Amino acid sequence: MLANRKLILAHFWLAFAVFGVALTLGAWQMFIRSPIGTWLSNPELYYRSLTAHGTVMGYVFPTLVAMGFGYAISESALEQRLVGVRWAWGGFWLIVIGSIMAVIPVALGRASVLYTFYPPLIGNVFYYLGVVLVVVGSWIWVALMSINLRVWRKANPGAAVPLAMYANVAGSYLWAWTAVGAALELLLQIIPVAAGLKATIDAGLARVFFSWTLHAIVYFWLMPTYIAYYTIVPRAIGGRVYSDSMARISFILFLVVAMPIGMHHTFADPMVGAGFKFIHSAFTALVALPTLLTVFTICASIEIAARLRGGRGLFGWIRALPWDNPMLLALAFSFIMLGFGGAGGLINMSYQLDASIHNTQWITGHFHLIFGGAIVIMYFAIAYDLWPHLTGRDLIDLRLIRTQLWLWFIGMIVTTFPWHWVGILGMPRRMAYFDFGDPAIAPQALSVTLSAIGGFILLSSGILFLVILARGMRAPQAEAGPYRFALAVHQPATVPIALNTHALWVALMIALTLTNYGYPILTLAMTEGTSVPAVYVGAQ
Amino acid sequence: MMSARDLFTFSNPHFTRGVGITAAILIVTAITGFIVLPFAQPWVQFANVWDAICSAAGVPQRAATITAPGQDKRLSEVVLTSNTLSRPSQEAIGRGATLAQRCAICHGPTGISRADSPNLAGQYAAVIYKELHDFRSGARTNAVMSPFAVNLTDQEIADLSLYYAYLPRLPAYHPTPQLPKPNIVIYGAPMRGIAPCGSCHGSLDNKTGSPWLEGQSEAYMKAQLHAFASGERRNDISQQMRNIARAMTPQEIDQAAAYYASQPPDVVKAVD
Ligand code: HEM
Ligand SMILES: [Cu+2]
Repeated sequence: MLANRKLILAHFWLAFAVFGVALTLGAWQMFIRSPIGTWLSNPELYYRSLTAHGTVMGYVFPTLVAMGFGYAISESALEQRLVGVRWAWGGFWLIVIGSIMAVIPVALGRASVLYTFYPPLIGNVFYYLGVVLVVVGSWIWVALMSINLRVWRKANPGAAVPLAMYANVAGSYLWAWTAVGAALELLLQIIPVAAGLKATIDAGLARVFFSWTLHAIVYFWLMPTYIAYYTIVPRAIGGRVYSDSMARISFILFLVVAMPIGMHHTFADPMVGAGFKFIHSAFTALVALPTLLTVFTICASIEIAARLRGGRGLFGWIRALPWDNPMLLALAFSFIMLGFGGAGGLINMSYQLDASIHNTQWITGHFHLIFGGAIVIMYFAIAYDLWPHLTGRDLIDLRLIRTQLWLWFIGMIVTTFPWHWVGILGMPRRMAYFDFGDPAIAPQALSVTLSAIGGFILLSSGILFLVILARGMRAPQAEAGPYRFALAVHQPATVPIALNTHALWVALMIALTLTNYGYPILTLAMTEGTSVPAVYVGAQ
Repeated sequence: MMSARDLFTFSNPHFTRGVGITAAILIVTAITGFIVLPFAQPWVQFANVWDAICSAAGVPQRAATITAPGQDKRLSEVVLTSNTLSRPSQEAIGRGATLAQRCAICHGPTGISRADSPNLAGQYAAVIYKELHDFRSGARTNAVMSPFAVNLTDQEIADLSLYYAYLPRLPAYHPTPQLPKPNIVIYGAPMRGIAPCGSCHGSLDNKTGSPWLEGQSEAYMKAQLHAFASGERRNDISQQMRNIARAMTPQEIDQAAAYYASQPPDVVKAVD
């Protein structure tokens, strides 16, 4: 039973509202730098928009979804009222205040530094302080998830922690630790310069700190999606989770290997030794493992549902699946996008292949397909699944929901496939303007136009999504009953201690961070003369 | 009740296997990355294993065997930050005014040149400071300017810079109708790695050490761009301008020079 519906709804509504704004900016960016857009004569406006779009989509939106979903999981999976509701509201308001604080300087053109901060570029200090507040707000959530699990354990000594909560807490610990990198960069390096206390910055060290955050944050974005794969979809289509242990192993593998691999974002940077780059590259290869386990387990779980519905044959069971069920549709789309995106990711993680697509439009195409596609489509699914329980009203129009999901899927393919392609041809990313009259890029005009059209399909899907949720708030009342998660084929009564707690895996995560980051950070911090003058944005 | 003692113990197979496998992977990748792969590069010679490990770990070291080409000419040694000369005093400006009398023949009594020398009135202090240092050190040479600069002290350079920065920005002496912004100024040329001129020199944004260019002599700016392109002028830090000028077409150089020459100085204020 969800007792704190208002709290959860507030997180979701804020998440989706800022998502709607950032989505509009994204479509505008796509349009304005395509051959069909007319140029504004001011790249600065593009970078303002890009900073806002990236900051919202990368930090604010997924964090709020993870938090709202996390509170819902804690209440329903543990069947226990949330402990620390006041603190939860405090975290929420910190995020509201932080977002407003960050967006004002961005809108004024005082912080067009992009969401990756790009030191030695330095923007207005309130932008960074705003981001810090958002992170601090989310850390309150981390603490609450941990505390709620502890309270439950006290009441249920030795019992198996429900899978959804086990995974949710794993995700929160991953986030707590991975956010430390960017926090160190902001607090020790960028904010002192932005506040005028220093005029130089060690940009190389800052980039290493940021890479500490940049990879595992991706898995933090991914956590709600994976939790939905395991605990929502099988239940929604009448199946069972093929293996509870396999699920737990996937989540703890993310905890261990998502962290010590961030330097694959600095392959082209000179300040990190090649040996460390190799180790990070090798560990990056390992991170495919939990995803492959998940794809296998989920396909097996779905097959169970299909066979229960009378499906037969080697592949014939696929036809027996309830294809009109939005959860199944979302899952199928998500897997397809995950497959293509994952294949692209193999290229990014290979030291040599990466050189050919580094800093090109391929990268933006890649993470939109994975993040905007595979991950966000499951955020939609989560919202649809939870909505009746949060509003006490039904989402009646399943056709509209299916249309929305189809539009998102088609839009994402139309947007990102040409986006990858122009990247392979060498088109750089983060550029405000392209002269398609130049024979060097004239042949790419068609691909970029296609992407822009895809962008508008996505925008229409996003609007439809908001409309469906808003209409859901006014539908006739209907009690949805308790919110439940999928059960496993062999639902465990007890679980080995290692798979019922997180301590061992958190310890390994921290240990690998020290081995893989310790030396590079220490040498960079202790080497003299590695700082460069800060370049202030729009500060003159 | 489960406790940490049951978890972190070698009798717990999850602990032993988890830690063991992780450590094994770490050791194998470390040996590969720090020893096997460095020696697999036939074009690099290492004295011993430790040497290879240090190299792969990125231990800071001087590359003794490599001599950078072109070191026969001096490069700029000036370090600028956004705080350089950011606090002018009246006395410094006064001293600068006296010193500036010898500059007036070419740069004009009000800091606006009647010839094709650069206008200095209202130029950023950091810019003048850097150029004077470079003329003095020989990083930048000019038959007329170099002899003036060699005898200046650090203090005099700072005073002159502050004085000129303090002078009001007046219209230039070569009036032409104001031209529209050419592509190279506002878009640059992304495919050739050229950032827009305006992103450093004003019109869009200004970056430390970059002069504003509005109203400068067209002939002077063209000459400088060609000098950067040919490598004759090389006092730009990290080759910032040489890389750009080399990639510019002669036509773009003409357009950029003509555009900036035609702009009145009050355009600068918009970004200042
Ligand atoms: C849920 C959906 C989305 C997410 C999570 C997302 C996320 C992001 C992020 C994190 C960035 C990086 C910002 C930066 O490089 O500083 C970005 C860039 C961008 N996004 Fe999105 N985005 C989404 C949807 C869209 C849509 C629908 C469009 C429109 C087609 C779009 C267009 C762009 C463009 C044009 C860029 C800039 C690429 C560049 O110039 O390098 N995004 N997005
Ligand atoms: Cu990564």
